[in-house]
Amino acid sequence: MSLNIQSLTVEYHTLATKVKAVDRVSLSVDKGETLGLVGESGCGKSTLGLSVIRLVPPPGKIEKGNIILDGIDVVKCSDDEIRRARGRLVGYIFQDPMTSLNPVKKIGAHFIEMIRTHEPKVSREEALKRTQDTLESLGILPERINDFPHQFSGGMRQRVMIGLALALNPRLLIADEPTTSLDVIVEAQIVELLKRLKESLKLTLILITHNIGIVAETADRVAVMYAGRIAEIGESSGLFEKPLHPYTQALLNSVPNIAKKGQVLSWIPGAPPDLASPPPGCLYHPRCPFAFDRCKKDEPSLIKHENSEVACHLYD
Amino acid sequence: MSLRSYIIARILLTIPMILLLLTFVFLIIRVLPGDPASLHFEKQVDPKLLQEFKHQLGLDKPIIIQYLDYLAGLLKGDFGKSMQDYSPVSQQIFSAFPATLELAISATLIMIIVGVLLGVQASRSYNSSKDHSIRIFGIASYATPVFFLGEVLIMIFAIYLHLLPAGDRIYASMSPTGLTIGDFHLRTGLYTIDSILEGNPSKLVMSLRYLCLPSITLGTVLCGIFIRLTRGNMLETLQSEFVTAARARGLKERTVVYGYALRNAFLPILTMMGLQFAALLAGAVLTETTFSWPGLGRYLVDRITFRDYTAIQGVVVFFGLLVAMVSLTVDIIYAYLDPRIRF
Amino acid sequence: MNVERPRGRILVQFIPELTGLARRGLAGWAVLMGGTIVAILGIMTIVSPWISPYNPIAINVGPILSPPSLRFPLGTNHLGQDMLSRVYSGGGIMFQVAILSMIVCLLVGVPIGLFASFAGGHADKLASLVMDSIYAFPGLVLAIAIAAMLGPGVVNMALSIAVVYVPSYFRMIRSQVLTIKELPYVEAARMMGAKQRTALFKYVLPNVVPSIVAVATINFADAILTSAGLTFVGLGLPVSTPDWGWDLTYGRRLLTSGAWWVIAFPGLMVVLLALGFTLIGEGLSELYNPRLQK
Repeated sequence: MSLNIQSLTVEYHTLATKVKAVDRVSLSVDKGETLGLVGESGCGKSTLGLSVIRLVPPPGKIEKGNIILDGIDVVKCSDDEIRRARGRLVGYIFQDPMTSLNPVKKIGAHFIEMIRTHEPKVSREEALKRTQDTLESLGILPERINDFPHQFSGGMRQRVMIGLALALNPRLLIADEPTTSLDVIVEAQIVELLKRLKESLKLTLILITHNIGIVAETADRVAVMYAGRIAEIGESSGLFEKPLHPYTQALLNSVPNIAKKGQVLSWIPGAPPDLASPPPGCLYHPRCPFAFDRCKKDEPSLIKHENSEVACHLYD
Repeated sequence: MSLRSYIIARILLTIPMILLLLTFVFLIIRVLPGDPASLHFEKQVDPKLLQEFKHQLGLDKPIIIQYLDYLAGLLKGDFGKSMQDYSPVSQQIFSAFPATLELAISATLIMIIVGVLLGVQASRSYNSSKDHSIRIFGIASYATPVFFLGEVLIMIFAIYLHLLPAGDRIYASMSPTGLTIGDFHLRTGLYTIDSILEGNPSKLVMSLRYLCLPSITLGTVLCGIFIRLTRGNMLETLQSEFVTAARARGLKERTVVYGYALRNAFLPILTMMGLQFAALLAGAVLTETTFSWPGLGRYLVDRITFRDYTAIQGVVVFFGLLVAMVSLTVDIIYAYLDPRIRF
Repeated sequence: MNVERPRGRILVQFIPELTGLARRGLAGWAVLMGGTIVAILGIMTIVSPWISPYNPIAINVGPILSPPSLRFPLGTNHLGQDMLSRVYSGGGIMFQVAILSMIVCLLVGVPIGLFASFAGGHADKLASLVMDSIYAFPGLVLAIAIAAMLGPGVVNMALSIAVVYVPSYFRMIRSQVLTIKELPYVEAARMMGAKQRTALFKYVLPNVVPSIVAVATINFADAILTSAGLTFVGLGLPVSTPDWGWDLTYGRRLLTSGAWWVIAFPGLMVVLLALGFTLIGEGLSELYNPRLQK
């Protein structure tokens, strides 16, 4: 299962303005790898994730670029083709399990519906059996198959979401902030579950989150996004040890370290740019401590530096 | 608040409203300038005859007594006496009511089905020309006088195309007789149901043919509100995350729209149904007149032509009570379905 | 609803808004379209004495029941009256009834609404109870009852309709006042010692005006339809006055003889007029209370 994104641009058109949520992003993910996609809220990572299955909500639109998912041209293929790819080739986990399930549908019914939509020849009994097996492997008691979503706790609901995403054995799993709405203990459980599933099912995983800690734990490669563009991509070990882009450095610095005594909480001054009227040159330059003249005029492109790629004039 | 206390509170609220309503109608008919008795007669009438007339109808008593008699009578189901022949108005009301009920039910069905379906279609193609045309249709249909639409439909379907009858119901002699098992006899007065009960398909078809145009007319004129409501709710629901999640699982678009979005957006539509009932009755009055449909509406209009003020009073009161009962029922059902309302 | 600044001179503020309407999307267009339709029909009615080819109530100016032709572009009815002239002048009654009923509603509904909601307590509860009872009633039926007792005539029709619609005005005012009453700057004014009445007129009234206009226009449309309905059941006007409602009513009987033009054109006019007002009303409501904020 390979995913190749080339120069993708996604824009949101409102009555007044056009906002570039994703700007010429190129990215590829190899089979079996875990890619972490980090960045602050609003940097475009969720939009990027949704683009892979062509579910960018209106008024958003994929304007330019290519997404090739296992041979399918996501941007240009027919509605029916992409619909069949969803769930079968790609599983998607959403942030808030509370609002991602149909409140008037039983949990079991969610699974059965999904299985029978994609594999219409499967009988009800077989679909039921597969559902029960899945629920069991997720640690959910089989008799709860007839319960409604509101009867489950947050953590259980997220497990259900994971189960649904993996119900048809897709090769690629995209998880958009899978633990953000959960408390820390449950979060750890879910992360463990994801790691285990990744191993046993040989999944390719894209983990979208602003929680750097989880990424450090699970990702092979990490991509850092800022204001719709990729700031840096590299092997996770390398990136965390020696971050190249000033934004990545600031991001890592702002994570509080309980071990360091007397640490002053640091943060990044300023605010993310207004994407309706972005500043010229490098989008980060207003907040960058290393900015120089060229940063204000030229937009940096992704260049190779040692084992990573970084979009910063410091390395040019 | 539990369901029971909500019901009690709601009923307690309805009682003063009904009382006010009854008083209001009484004031209009009896107290407004113009003595109803003399207004009834176009020309001058012999004072002795007038006095006898008034006495028969209880119109010669002091106003307060009249008022109390009126209220007491209603408790017994007495809606007054017709000025035409002193016959009890309640008899006429109850014999004309089933026709109106049948019309109201079928018009409601059309109103909801057309309104919701169009609303869903509009929401799915947001801001397209289809969306705009549906919205304009909704507003335009509401702006059309119901009797004008009725006449246009009569012109097209009855007169030019000869497809459907121009009015009235099945002739009384041919009306369905309902269910008869031995001595047990059930006749609802709703001809469609009665013909099913009787097991007579040809009568069913005929009943439907007569019912067709009036209900389409009334339903179309009122569907605009449902188009707007459904469209609004659907637009909102289609944005919610569980809809996106459903799409992300590769479910078919039709399943997503109807099984996920519409099912969750439906409750407000049900309540609106209850709120529209009053408008439905008002429209029924005009529709029945246009199609000579023998229901309460046509009865009311007939009584106006005959200046039968006591009968008019009885029918108007009946309408008011009907609306009050329906809205009470709708509120209770809604509270039962949605526990949040009772807080 | 824009409550940020109390609007002082309302009219002066409206005019520049009119020109900006076309830019305000679909709602703005609705208002402009509706306004144009109403203006055209209104002007047509006013100048009808000058542009009507024939006297609308003169009978036998042409052959009876002749279909649209060059001489009588909209045909003639069973009395030989020219339909075109009748269509030109037929709106007069409806406009009069609607305007009159709107005035009555404003004079009755608005003050009651203002004082009941500002006073609160028992007065408010009583007023709300009365208004809700009327509001719940099928409008046309109530209007029929009143019109039946009052008799025919423009004023009586207007009064019947006014009674039916007073509750809408009352409710609108009341809900606005209740919202605004709680807003911080009104409370601040009160705390600084402003009298109730001052607070009322200076802050609440100007903000309430746009909503009244929206309600009024929608009720205008309803009033037109109700007056047509009243005429239809025979509670309208003396026969001689040219009136679209009258033509619609009496034209019914001519349908079977195939004379469709007698009801078609007046009917179309009624639809257009009601549509015009509804568009204005809906557009205004959406401009001031946008429902779907994207």
